[in-house]
Amino acid sequence: MSLRGAAYIAGAWEHPTRKAPDKSIALLHAECAKGALADAGLTKDDVDGYFCAGDAPGGLGPLSMVDYMNLKCRHVDSTDVGGSSYQVAVGHAMEAIAAGHCNVALITLSGRPRSEGQATGTAPRPGNPAAPEMQFEYPYGPATANLYGMCAARHMYEYGTTSEQLAWIKVAASHHAQHNPHAMLRDVVTVEDVVNSPMVSTPLHRLDCCVISDGGGALILTKPEIAKSLKRPLVKVIGVGESPKHQAGGEIDLTYTAARWSGPPAWEMAGIKPSDIKYASIYDSFTITVLMQLEDLGFCKKGEGGKFVADGNLISGVGKLPFNTDGGGLCSNHPANRGGITKIIEAVRQLRGEAHPKVQVPNCDLAIAHGTGGALGTRHCGSTVILERE
Amino acid sequence: MAYVARKIPFVGTPDTNPETRPFFDGADAGKLMIRRCTSCKKVHHYPRELCPFCFGDCTWEQASGKAKIYTLSVMERASPPYAIGYVTLAEGPSVLTNFVDCDFKALKIGQDVKVVFVKTEDGGPSLPFFAPA
Ligand SMILES: [Zn+2]
Repeated sequence: MSLRGAAYIAGAWEHPTRKAPDKSIALLHAECAKGALADAGLTKDDVDGYFCAGDAPGGLGPLSMVDYMNLKCRHVDSTDVGGSSYQVAVGHAMEAIAAGHCNVALITLSGRPRSEGQATGTAPRPGNPAAPEMQFEYPYGPATANLYGMCAARHMYEYGTTSEQLAWIKVAASHHAQHNPHAMLRDVVTVEDVVNSPMVSTPLHRLDCCVISDGGGALILTKPEIAKSLKRPLVKVIGVGESPKHQAGGEIDLTYTAARWSGPPAWEMAGIKPSDIKYASIYDSFTITVLMQLEDLGFCKKGEGGKFVADGNLISGVGKLPFNTDGGGLCSNHPANRGGITKIIEAVRQLRGEAHPKVQVPNCDLAIAHGTGGALGTRHCGSTVILERE
Repeated sequence: MAYVARKIPFVGTPDTNPETRPFFDGADAGKLMIRRCTSCKKVHHYPRELCPFCFGDCTWEQASGKAKIYTLSVMERASPPYAIGYVTLAEGPSVLTNFVDCDFKALKIGQDVKVVFVKTEDGGPSLPFFAPA
């Protein structure tokens, strides 16, 4: 049985903060939940399913947050695959709703790496010593920027991708961010600005990297009958897919992402193809992340991502594939170092016709929101969500 | 950009984990130890007791220490800068490492490299690093 259309995104809310030293992480989660419920026209008492990931404080998955928010749930899920956990949660919530395990699913993300002074991309952070890979990786200084730098270097080697082509991705994001009053970086930048910005980890420059921000977001998913009883435009989930990719025992190929595997089941469920998509939210931890995912999702052939993103092709109103029209992680927001939920929220805005008028895609009826969590250079999970305005 | 030695932090459980102990004992003796499956005969990394290709049992053997650079990235923001990369061993698998005793700017994907061993800080084990062959 296909799950196509088994759930709708009835509420979506992004926290406006980008720096929140005066708020606890739990409070940020609760504020996002309140915002998404108000957006949907539902109340806290309607929530009977809660979905979170590793950013939820407490350590036992959803338990601390359902306690803090005083939710009465009959279904919880805390699958944590990093920044794409929220795409995964959309799929899992749709499955739970279709199975009758819950009717109104709340998904939250929040964090404050900026207030906590995390050198997120440039300093390796030790994890659990019991992680089997830890002692074979941590000593070599896997930060974040260099794990993606290694992918970019290999992609350039195999396909001739250039720093200037990667820069176009940041340029497009900056064109969109100028219209977002909440974006951290609102100045429009040029290809020259990007390639002349300081090198962080070769071949990625400072402006190839996303921002580090506090904040969060939340989503409400619900079954069709409830969604249709509410006053918001109808945003139907028509395709989902998830798949992890890893080092495969040492058989490493860093030129593609898990989107190669999470995309096809999502396209098949949706019954559409990449050329049908009007708007794309694509995970943008780094410029190279976007380029590789676009190839792997089928928007262009493998190795041709550089040509595809160049010359403004991702700029709304200019190119063929408007992407990350809120400014994305590259310019607006990457709360908790996890950009998955903001990708879905901007896709919902576009489908509702509620994006900023300067970046709103006309007649936007089909959108994709793809996430990558973990690190492309070692192990990560790709997750794809395809949405339709009904 | 010349290589400058940096302190190598270590997080792990070599002393209490018999599954990987021979790898670290080997490194301390200047040998790169790898795992080969007794069923499918393939070599993998990082080392596991059960083969990640077929769940067969694995034996230890000493690798040649010869490899080619698969990819690399120089973390220029760090002080001192360091070069992380994957090298593909002559025996098959690609392994995460750092490059030492070289000019980072001269490193090239596809280049031949050889293993050298570097002690980790605070009395930690030695680990394999790679330098131009
Ligand atoms: Zn085997």
